[in-house]
Amino acid sequence: MRALLVLHLVVGLGIVAFGTRLGRRALLLGAVPSAVTIGWLATQLGTLLDGGVITESLTWVPALGLSIDLRLDAFAALMVVLIAGIGLAVFVYGRSYFSVTTAAVGRLAGLLTLFAGSMLGVALADHLIVLYTCWELTSITSYLVIGNDHTSAKARAAALHALLITGGGGLAMLGGFMVLAQETGTYRLSEILAAAPSGRAVGIALVLVLLGVLTKSAQYPFHGWLAGAMAAPTPVSAYLHSATMVKAGVYLLARLAPVFAVVGFWRPALVTIGLGTMLGGGLRALRQTDLKLLLAFGTVSQLGLMTLLFGLGTPDAVTAGCVLLLAHGLFKAALFMVVGILDHQTGTRDIRELPALDRGWRPVIAVAVLSAASMAGLPALFGFIAKEAAYGAVIDAGLGGTWFVVGCLVAASAITTAYSIRFVWGAFYGPRLDSQRVSVSPHPRPPSLAFLGPALAVAVPTALLGLVPGVLDQTVTAAGRSLDSAAASVHLLVWHGINAALVLSASAILAGVALFVLRKPVDRLLRIGDRLPDGGDAYLGGLRLLNATADRITGLVQNGSLPIYTGVILLTAAFLPLAALLTDSPWPGWPEPAVDPANLLIAGVIIGSALAAAVIRRRLSAVIFLGVTGYGMSALFGIRGAPDLALTQVAIETLSTVMFVLVLRRLPDRFERRSAVSLRAPRVIIATAVASVVFVFAVVAAGNRVAEPVADEIVARAYPEGHGRNIVNVILVDFRALDTAGEITVLAAAAIGAVALARAGRRPPGQPSRPPTTTNLSDIEERP
Amino acid sequence: MTAIPTQRPMTRLVILDRSVRVLFHPILMVSLYLLFAGHNQPGGGFVGGLVAGAALAMQFVAGGIDEVRRLSRFRPWTILGTGLLVSFLTASAPLFFGDAILTTTLFIREVPILGTVKTTSALLFDLGVYFLVVGLVLMIFEAFGDEPASHSPHPPSHEARR
Repeated sequence: MRALLVLHLVVGLGIVAFGTRLGRRALLLGAVPSAVTIGWLATQLGTLLDGGVITESLTWVPALGLSIDLRLDAFAALMVVLIAGIGLAVFVYGRSYFSVTTAAVGRLAGLLTLFAGSMLGVALADHLIVLYTCWELTSITSYLVIGNDHTSAKARAAALHALLITGGGGLAMLGGFMVLAQETGTYRLSEILAAAPSGRAVGIALVLVLLGVLTKSAQYPFHGWLAGAMAAPTPVSAYLHSATMVKAGVYLLARLAPVFAVVGFWRPALVTIGLGTMLGGGLRALRQTDLKLLLAFGTVSQLGLMTLLFGLGTPDAVTAGCVLLLAHGLFKAALFMVVGILDHQTGTRDIRELPALDRGWRPVIAVAVLSAASMAGLPALFGFIAKEAAYGAVIDAGLGGTWFVVGCLVAASAITTAYSIRFVWGAFYGPRLDSQRVSVSPHPRPPSLAFLGPALAVAVPTALLGLVPGVLDQTVTAAGRSLDSAAASVHLLVWHGINAALVLSASAILAGVALFVLRKPVDRLLRIGDRLPDGGDAYLGGLRLLNATADRITGLVQNGSLPIYTGVILLTAAFLPLAALLTDSPWPGWPEPAVDPANLLIAGVIIGSALAAAVIRRRLSAVIFLGVTGYGMSALFGIRGAPDLALTQVAIETLSTVMFVLVLRRLPDRFERRSAVSLRAPRVIIATAVASVVFVFAVVAAGNRVAEPVADEIVARAYPEGHGRNIVNVILVDFRALDTAGEITVLAAAAIGAVALARAGRRPPGQPSRPPTTTNLSDIEERP
Repeated sequence: MTAIPTQRPMTRLVILDRSVRVLFHPILMVSLYLLFAGHNQPGGGFVGGLVAGAALAMQFVAGGIDEVRRLSRFRPWTILGTGLLVSFLTASAPLFFGDAILTTTLFIREVPILGTVKTTSALLFDLGVYFLVVGLVLMIFEAFGDEPASHSPHPPSHEARR
């Protein structure tokens, strides 16, 4: 499993780096990891169906209990099938969808591969930190692919919206994970679930985790980002924003539900949110004219249904959720691909602009009708099986308010049926107004087989599984049992006889047809959907507030005065140690003075040049005197037996003097004229304070050692363990190498910052000079 | 001397120029020596990088930013990033062999001429530090090393287009 993740990472990064040369071939290369994943999964199928679990563990920071724990059970396998299977189809599809001229198609393919790897990580992770990392990686890759067309302000704003909402939810989730881990003493999800902790802290942790779940799965009131995410190319939407990434939330919900559904707020909250999302999303979908947006709101609605089912958390509901997860992935991916085909061949995906299509389009129509019928829950299709299971589970859950929930479910299903019809009608049999847009082709050519193939490949299982759902019995049973060992074995049937679920299905379908036929008279009623609060205003308001606050604080803290900056830094350095000095630190007495002539001579040079640097008026001379104090220090290091330190100090002094000179060339030759006493007094006071505190602190700290020095141990272990005789170097690159890694990162950041700062005002020829901005507020506020 | 490819006239001192040419490569050798010897004697990647940086600084003093740019066909940030990457890859490599992150591995090899060579994976980490420091120095020259506008004999508008 680890190898699969690494394969995704390597291939993905490789394509991102060299993708421009590969062009569309990058998409085929990107499909390789997905294909390998499917192949590997096939070899493990036997174990998984028997209820077996495959685990892998790799400890990387043992001291912190950080390990990469992976765990594949039947439910995770279901997700892996979606991720790798639909991924494969999307990569092949993308080869036809993207034209050679598409901006950065190579990078896009690489990012999609990286996404597939992160999503695989979410499905396989058993360690909460690994889960969190992969979870946020999916948010980041999603951000990059939505904003792939970085020249479009709309795409950038949508990408940022998605990132802030899902990333913010992820942060809340991380907090929840930490509380859970503290409560149970383990970061392994499987162990936490087995321990089934309870209590107030766990309740708070669950709220935090659910924030992550609900934002990721685009539940009300966080769903706004998903509609904006449709700015991404259609293959991306088909993959990330319907089949996989948005399922990460419900995936985690499914894992947690069997154990935590008994927590007081869980069922009422999740059932309410699920129902609200189902109805709200469905109502919005009913009024869209953009086919892709219609599907996006449909996805929101279906995710609401999944939240409802997994939120109920009963064994039946969880199993029904598994079926729905698979069914939705199949039909929604196919439908997105159909929209992409329409968009690509005709130049539009708006119901009002689509031209009439000729006979060659029949296979496309077949795929669309089949998948839309599955979405609507028509019999003999996979969606029907899923919906029957859902009705059955809700009725049998035996919880309070069942009939209200069932009523809402029927209403939402009716709406689903209505927008499914609207999709097919709008795409192929719609109003056919003559479009004024030049870009719309009046006689579109039907897609090539290679283009349609992937959609067909995804649509065929929808039909087959609808006819012979029995082949999935074992899989769904195993998946259900891996979530909740109490799950009964499942028998999926096309015909259960006339029961409550069938009656509900039939009435929902009839109501849906009626809703579509009568859409004009009830249009006003449907507008409720548009008026539901959608969180978009709260998002924008929040951003504005954040910017305003940041402005204020920056104005306050960064006032631009160098004397104040240095003053604050030095005073902090002088007064923070005072607390330690004044409490429980007796004066150890004056240290033994080192009186040999060499020391005294060097000390004299250091003190003299330091004084000179303070009083001299030419900047260059001051810098040189400053350098002399540094060389003096290194001479001291040298004669005190620290050649390594001395060497480093000499090199640093040399280079920093050169760099000072570089900057000094831009400054006046001399310091400002002698300033007034009122200005000089504070400087003298600060300087004296810093010097005294540092001196006293050094003496007191050296004389008040309470713990054994680690130096002896380091000296003893340097050669046997670090294989080096230079202890300083062994510390730097081995014992404290993590510190060094942090420090070089800081150095790199500082170097990049220096170049950016120095170049801020300059622009290459031909470009207007303007201050560099990374994110304009106007970008953010572009409504997706 | 060959024609000086700087955009603006620049006085070059022959003695300085010649000294730099003579000293540049020996100093680079010293910096490499410090890098490789660092694990057992005074030195290490950081100091080595700084000494190499000092050599670059000499080139800068003699010939300005163009002289420094001509030394390497890689951009400063590429060198900086390569260093960071090498260090982090070395740090995380043990993960792939089932060890904890940053675990040091000892290599002992018989090498012709040099005899038995004992190195550790930490040397690779140090190599990353070396490159990073060299990249850092180059980047600072890149940032502040060109002639300030006020000292330029050319009008500022021309200067801005450098």
